[in-house]
Amino acid sequence: MTDLSQNPAGAAPRKHGGSLLEKSPHTKKRNAAETRFKAYGIAAITAGLIMLLVLVTTIVGKGTGAFQQTFVTLNVELLEAKLDKKGNRDLADIKKVTTFGYAPIIKGAMEAVIEELGIETSLKSKELAGILSKDVAAQLRDYVIANPDQIGQTVEFRFLASSRVDGYLKGRVSRDSIVNDKNISAEQLDLVDALAAAGVLEKTFNLDFIFGADASDARPEAAGIGVSMLGSLFMMLVVLALALPIGVAASIYLEEFAPQNWLTDMIEVNISNLAAVPSIVFGILGLAVFINYMHLPTSAPLVGGLVLTLMTLPTIIISTRASLKSVPPSIRDAALGVGASKMQAVFHHVLPLAAPGILTGTIIGLAQALGETAPLLLIGMVGFIASNAPETLADGLLAPNSAMPAQIYEWAKRADPAFYERAWGGIIILLLFLVTMNTLAVILRRRFERRW
Amino acid sequence: MNDMTLMDKTVETQNIKIAAKDVNVYYGDSHAIKDVNVEIEDNTVTAFIGPSGCGKSTFLRCLNRMNDTIDICRVKGDILLDGEDIYDKRVDPVQLRAKVGMVFQKPNPFPKSIYDNVAYGPRIHGLAKNKAELDEIVEKSLRRGAIWDEVKDRLDAPGTGLSGGQQQRLCIARAVATEPEVLLMDEPCSALDPIATAQVEELIDELRSQYSVVIVTHSMQQAARVSQKTAFFHLGNLVEFGPTGQIFTNPEDPRTESYITGRIG
Repeated sequence: MTDLSQNPAGAAPRKHGGSLLEKSPHTKKRNAAETRFKAYGIAAITAGLIMLLVLVTTIVGKGTGAFQQTFVTLNVELLEAKLDKKGNRDLADIKKVTTFGYAPIIKGAMEAVIEELGIETSLKSKELAGILSKDVAAQLRDYVIANPDQIGQTVEFRFLASSRVDGYLKGRVSRDSIVNDKNISAEQLDLVDALAAAGVLEKTFNLDFIFGADASDARPEAAGIGVSMLGSLFMMLVVLALALPIGVAASIYLEEFAPQNWLTDMIEVNISNLAAVPSIVFGILGLAVFINYMHLPTSAPLVGGLVLTLMTLPTIIISTRASLKSVPPSIRDAALGVGASKMQAVFHHVLPLAAPGILTGTIIGLAQALGETAPLLLIGMVGFIASNAPETLADGLLAPNSAMPAQIYEWAKRADPAFYERAWGGIIILLLFLVTMNTLAVILRRRFERRW
Repeated sequence: MNDMTLMDKTVETQNIKIAAKDVNVYYGDSHAIKDVNVEIEDNTVTAFIGPSGCGKSTFLRCLNRMNDTIDICRVKGDILLDGEDIYDKRVDPVQLRAKVGMVFQKPNPFPKSIYDNVAYGPRIHGLAKNKAELDEIVEKSLRRGAIWDEVKDRLDAPGTGLSGGQQQRLCIARAVATEPEVLLMDEPCSALDPIATAQVEELIDELRSQYSVVIVTHSMQQAARVSQKTAFFHLGNLVEFGPTGQIFTNPEDPRTESYITGRIG
């Protein structure tokens, strides 16, 4: 008899001969390719994560300084002889005293604190006041105008220290780096050390950075992002009020009512194209149409909002159409089947089901618009220093303002390194907003997503 | 199948509810329905049978103008409901659909509560003056849909949470809630298990007392069980139309016989 393990004569040889316990060369090759591919994938993800980590650490490392500021606590004697010579507390007379008139008072307050603490220094009174911000006189004047009855009293104030002093406490400025700096001297730093040791000068959390207004080139320590945050807020209001209804209406019409023909196809293609148009193009369009032709005010959040609306519309339309499309046709059939009109079917059944998707798309569109800088360059929302927060809605929309990303760009441009720190701080705030909005979008999607 | 019971089914002469004359339907260039003439009687279950793609669903959807939602679909010929042409320019399809209700192949309850599913039709047509009347309509419809006992304690629960058979009966209840005169059913049992199918079939037989029911089905047994009249479609043609008993036991056309005996389809 023949051996059973051998092929019978004449039969075709087996294609998958050999033991299963041993890998064939072909299998080995395939497995190796798969392993390699997985390794590439892991490497790519790792590279991405490392970059993200570097980005976040850099931003946090460089930006956290902006949230702290050095303050000097001083008792200031508001001398009547200097501030209200006539002594009748007439506001018009008090207002006549310019910030220069407050300089002696500030100098006096500095001298007093040095005497009180017994600090030995060869600095003149002008140099003593030099460790304070140039903003101090204005701060003092605002206080006196607001409280004229305090003239003649001694009041405790928290004054901003100058950006050099602030930088010295944060490690940005050192004794070596100030050798050629005319704004600060080694003696002044000695004084700063002594005041810091006495607790008069200290570094604390700076709420004004988050809520305050931008300041001029000479006073980086006083600059805040708050007013441009309001500018961004008003722009987002405009975008939301225009882009959401227009976008949703356009999508509903295109998706549910429009006939399928070359015209709607053209519109569809062009909406997709618009989504890919660089934002600066929308900026120049806004400049030409809204400012040069319609004569809307420059630097106004209303114009910024209009430009960003143009930019956000395609995003909203595309995501709204996608979520309308994902509502199964059986729901429309069901509504039509019981005698609902097309509009009733859409508004009673399709739209509520598509709403989470529409909201998600809108939030992502808004987040995109919030971080957009380029179109704002062209309509004058950069380089403008908004010193006061808008008080009314109309003011907020029409008064010149900046926006968060434009403010960051502006700070990054300025020479003083103290502004550089604030640019990073601004980025932290902007990113916080964007992360919050995107998280909200993800939560909405997860929460209300319906599986069919 | 017991031939005797089929033969025993009596078909009384009744009013013609829907009359289709020389109906042709085109999807773009393809000719889906060719010269169909059929008369559907009141208080009768009429079954449309035929192999897949033969046009029976298309024809059914012509009866309440659901095909209007498809851009490329064109309908020619006359379809008369109580003697009125439903494709007349003056006819609003929305008004027509309130009169000719439809139940679909896949149960498609709205993702709302059971109560709202049924109440939706009466609400948009203004059939109830107040909440009490609406409650009454909902209960009556759910009872007619033979699902009241199963859902009466959870009317606020979502309709999508019911089982497939329950969902389909809910859809039937929803369709009857608008008080239609004709009920179109497009393979209402194809997604259901045998028990749910039996329940729905029983329900269809009960509905006959008040409505003219037209049902499209792939199951010849189902057509034989529930219908009094049967129409056999093949390749867009209405091959044969007659009393169910006759179609299943003594078909005139060889194609009908081939289909029923399983040779084509």
